[in-house]
Amino acid sequence: MRGVTPPVKPPVTAPSTSPAISLGIGLATGLAVGPATGPVATHCPYCALQCGMTIGADLSIAPRTDIPANAAGALCQKGWTAAELLTNGERLTTPLLYGRPASWERALDHVAARLSAIRAEHGPDAVAVFGGGGLTNEKAYQLGKLARVVLGTSQIDYNGRFCMSSAAAASIRAFGMDRGLPFPITDLAEADVVLLAGANVAETMPPFVRHLPAERLIVVDPRRTPTARPAWLHLQPAPGTDLALALGLLHLAVAEGLVDEPYVAERTAGFDEVRTSLASWWPERIERITGVPVPRMRQAVRALAAARRAVVLTGRGAEQHAKGTDTVTAYINLALALGLPGRHGSGYGCLTGQGNGQGGREHGQKADQLPGYRSIDDPAAREHVAAVWGVDPGDLPGAGRSAYELLDALGTPAGPRALLVFGSNPVVSAPRSAHVTGRLGALDLLVVADVVLSETAALAEVVFPVTQWAEETGTMTNLEGRVLLRRRAVAPPPDVRTDLEVVQGLAARFGHRFAADPREVFDELRRAGAGGPADYSGITYERIEEEKGVFWPCPAPGHPGTPRPFLDGFATPDGRARFVPVEHRPPAEETDDDYPVHLTTGRVLAHYQSGAQTRRIGPLAEAVPEPYVELHPDLAEQLGIVAGDLVRVRGRRGEEQVVARISDAIRRDTVFMPFHWEGANRLTNPALDPTSRMPEFKVCAVRVERVT
Amino acid sequence: MRLVVVGNGMAGSRLVSEVRARDPRIDVTVLGAETCPPYNRVLLSNVLAGNTRPEQVRLLDPSWYGTHRVRAVFGSPVELIDRDTRTVLTADGRREPYDVLVLATGSEAVVPPIPGVERAIPFRTLGDCRRILAAAERSRRAVVIGGGLLGVEAARGLAGRGLPVTLLHLAGHLMERQLDVEAGEVLGETLAGLGVETRTGVAAEAVLEEGVRLAGGELVEGDLVVLACGVRPVTGLAADAGLEVRRGVVVDDELRTDDPAIFAIGECAEHDGTVYGLVAPAWEQAAVAAAVITGGKLLYRGSRLVTRLKATSVELAAMGETQLTEEHAEVVRFSHRARGTYRKLVIRDGRLVGAILLGESDAVGTLTQLFDRGGPVPGDRAGLLFPGLSAAPVADSPTLMPDAAKVCQCNNVTKGEIRACWEAGARDVPGIAAGTRATTGCGSCRDAVAGLVGWLCEQEGVPA
Repeated sequence: MRGVTPPVKPPVTAPSTSPAISLGIGLATGLAVGPATGPVATHCPYCALQCGMTIGADLSIAPRTDIPANAAGALCQKGWTAAELLTNGERLTTPLLYGRPASWERALDHVAARLSAIRAEHGPDAVAVFGGGGLTNEKAYQLGKLARVVLGTSQIDYNGRFCMSSAAAASIRAFGMDRGLPFPITDLAEADVVLLAGANVAETMPPFVRHLPAERLIVVDPRRTPTARPAWLHLQPAPGTDLALALGLLHLAVAEGLVDEPYVAERTAGFDEVRTSLASWWPERIERITGVPVPRMRQAVRALAAARRAVVLTGRGAEQHAKGTDTVTAYINLALALGLPGRHGSGYGCLTGQGNGQGGREHGQKADQLPGYRSIDDPAAREHVAAVWGVDPGDLPGAGRSAYELLDALGTPAGPRALLVFGSNPVVSAPRSAHVTGRLGALDLLVVADVVLSETAALAEVVFPVTQWAEETGTMTNLEGRVLLRRRAVAPPPDVRTDLEVVQGLAARFGHRFAADPREVFDELRRAGAGGPADYSGITYERIEEEKGVFWPCPAPGHPGTPRPFLDGFATPDGRARFVPVEHRPPAEETDDDYPVHLTTGRVLAHYQSGAQTRRIGPLAEAVPEPYVELHPDLAEQLGIVAGDLVRVRGRRGEEQVVARISDAIRRDTVFMPFHWEGANRLTNPALDPTSRMPEFKVCAVRVERVT
Repeated sequence: MRLVVVGNGMAGSRLVSEVRARDPRIDVTVLGAETCPPYNRVLLSNVLAGNTRPEQVRLLDPSWYGTHRVRAVFGSPVELIDRDTRTVLTADGRREPYDVLVLATGSEAVVPPIPGVERAIPFRTLGDCRRILAAAERSRRAVVIGGGLLGVEAARGLAGRGLPVTLLHLAGHLMERQLDVEAGEVLGETLAGLGVETRTGVAAEAVLEEGVRLAGGELVEGDLVVLACGVRPVTGLAADAGLEVRRGVVVDDELRTDDPAIFAIGECAEHDGTVYGLVAPAWEQAAVAAAVITGGKLLYRGSRLVTRLKATSVELAAMGETQLTEEHAEVVRFSHRARGTYRKLVIRDGRLVGAILLGESDAVGTLTQLFDRGGPVPGDRAGLLFPGLSAAPVADSPTLMPDAAKVCQCNNVTKGEIRACWEAGARDVPGIAAGTRATTGCGSCRDAVAGLVGWLCEQEGVPA
């Protein structure tokens, strides 16, 4: 195997649907048509919507119309310009060892030798792995196996901990299972009312907006975002008070007799305790905590209750808090009280963020989890997976540290001394990032596999240049739980390998034979996950192609997949959904005289996550070239700040200088910073949710002042 | 440590749950005079109005005490505190030794000493509430004596049940502790439209079978009479035990009385000269006392008072010093009595020190939080009173839009680019989409693009 690049599979067949005929976009963008150079049907490299797109031989991009997420032929600017990722000049094309080009063999040998030495001296948990929610299912699976079988370490987690962990924990607690949307995205169009709590889809996944009901959209957000602006109703709570708001809505639902009592009796358990807990959360108290007027709350809950079909959705705005799990639980409680989950056209769902944010949380790159969305503490799960891996269940490590705790422990006496990073850029994306950068610096060995020299890769002793999106094939599970095939459309640059090949190369150096062919890995993943909650056993690449995606669970070859898993019952032992009483509490860091305003963070349309991709694309960098802080005109006036001023945003963990933008779309007591650049996360609070271990990205206290 | 809590109302029950949340080991006993588990008194007005069902006001289920290992005795009023032996004695002969004692005895309804007052029902407890509701069933007309917060809520609630209501108030205007004269009058006018006739500046002299006789002899008819004449702190137990009592049981910033083993919280306590009659301060005090008792370090520094009326179709929030005039503060006022709207801001030293909002307004959340946090008041006062007033108008007409205006956010396409695409030959939305990608993201700019194309065609006389 050494020294030989594995044979590259030719691109799979021509696209099954011609692109965007309705819009004539193919022609307009110069798509070459012809059987020899036919465009390849694949998916977008970015968010969890995973819009269908084709890539022509000339790298022209066009939307597909056979994928429900963007069947209208939609793409946002990120999708349209994605091909620039394939050609921009900042691509890594050779392994780097101490910053200098090295051969693959030398780089892999070096890493293997260093890992062996560290393990020998400090034990297996001295080596850690950090994965990502953008990695394919095959990679997520293989990273978990690398950690548990080859390295024998419990220390593996991934950046999805910063995204989906709160919603996942709450869904599992309530429904026994976490599939982001437990219904096809197209069901949303049938809803009369959709409540969107803490999601700015008009910027983060624009084609999603086409699925929302035009009439009764309710948006909960401290900012009047492009999503909130056209909404029927916008509730604008203070950051960190979403949980209180949800309790207020539920209180009103009970007080006004809007609870679906037969549904609650038949399909749920635990409502009585929740009902009692609500007596402490009357609307006028909630108004004082959240700043949302009581009549607006009443309007929202009445609309939800009056709807024939209604959906409650949560996003990171509600979830990225030290009480994110309870906040989601409060929204699930509301949905359950109104009788929504498990009914055709209604329900609760979370909006997954990263491209494979759903699949990424199912296959074992999470600290407490084995493939198939199984718990690593479950003896039966350990036995099943160990059998597939051909190891003794007793040799599988137990649960390790969660993402922030892992990063925080790096280079400490009790923590890991080596870290392998795949598909993640924690220098930009982790909370209290300056501290995290310091921890990375304290490691004996940092290894990063990436497409470009990200801020994290720049710190690494060894950097592996890897293929990206359209240069490799793999499956992605989108926000609906629909397993999709993202196919290779173009040849990667020479001397660049896939993540799977990198893992294979490392495993081989420890005497383990790992597959690197995605299809082979997928087949193993199907076996390892069989019988688990996220059962992919019946899904094949062929089926995905034919059916334009298959919904998990799909436990057998003949099984049709499960678009709506909760119609007949929930995935709990007795089939009933669980109400869980939760209580609001203030943010982990409250404002005071020294730090008098809230900081909240989020995304802008032109950029994606840590910006490692989008900041390198001309039109996107041009659209939003630099980080900024958004503040209300009244606050700006008080601080003597005008638009364009350089301002200092100072918090307890660091400070940043950025340009001021003035907008009355934000509350007077709050400022906003996008997190696509190094900076915003130097300020954010790593206080963790006790259940999900989600950091409190969405609210901390800062002081803003003009730089004189 | 043995903690005994006297009183299982809003303050006492809150303290008990806060203590248990902080410390699973402390031995806790709570003695309540009422025979039922604790309930939320704030919601009684809603129960009276039929907006909340009686079972929804319960704060803790009886089973909570078992699962949290708290001994609770309902219907057992305390008669005596023996500070020498650190023991309390209950009316039913129970002796409870304590290391720490918390008094949360609350307050009782004031019953005016007028003839026939026993015919009236005070509005204070859940039991009172049930009695009023039962009486309302067979009544034709109600009289509420007392036009403070609770009286107004009771009057509105009864009127909502279809009873004609007369609201009698001694002072010159309603809710005079929270409102200025004009707000009180506007409130009266709003209530009139909802079936509540308000009589201010009147004293009830006697309660008769057929109604209430006023001083001067006039009879106000009604076969249901409700008393909402205010409350007074229950302090007898503390006074008998020799603790310092003024209007309430005097406490320091740790909510301790002059006996360091005894705390007092809620409506029976007097902190820094103030006895609070609202739940928010009681719960803030409970949190501080619970922290101190469990070894934490917290101090209570007083509460900011926000009064929020709970009455259907009457939106009223009042906070702080609402009666200050221009001599002592900056006052911003808007009044539109025909619509039942009255808004007032009282600003001193650049901070909001008082406000009244009568009539529905989205400003209520912002103002309450500004008052609570004591932050600086923005220069744009009108924008505070009228949210959305200062928002820039949206130029959606294609003619008025500058060329640099972004039409398609998702694909970052300006009006200028659309014009250029049109000039290059595109004559419809699909054509513009093909050339510029406008409309291909979320799709919400489709109408705007269609409007632009139509306008451009019109300008040039080209059929669209």
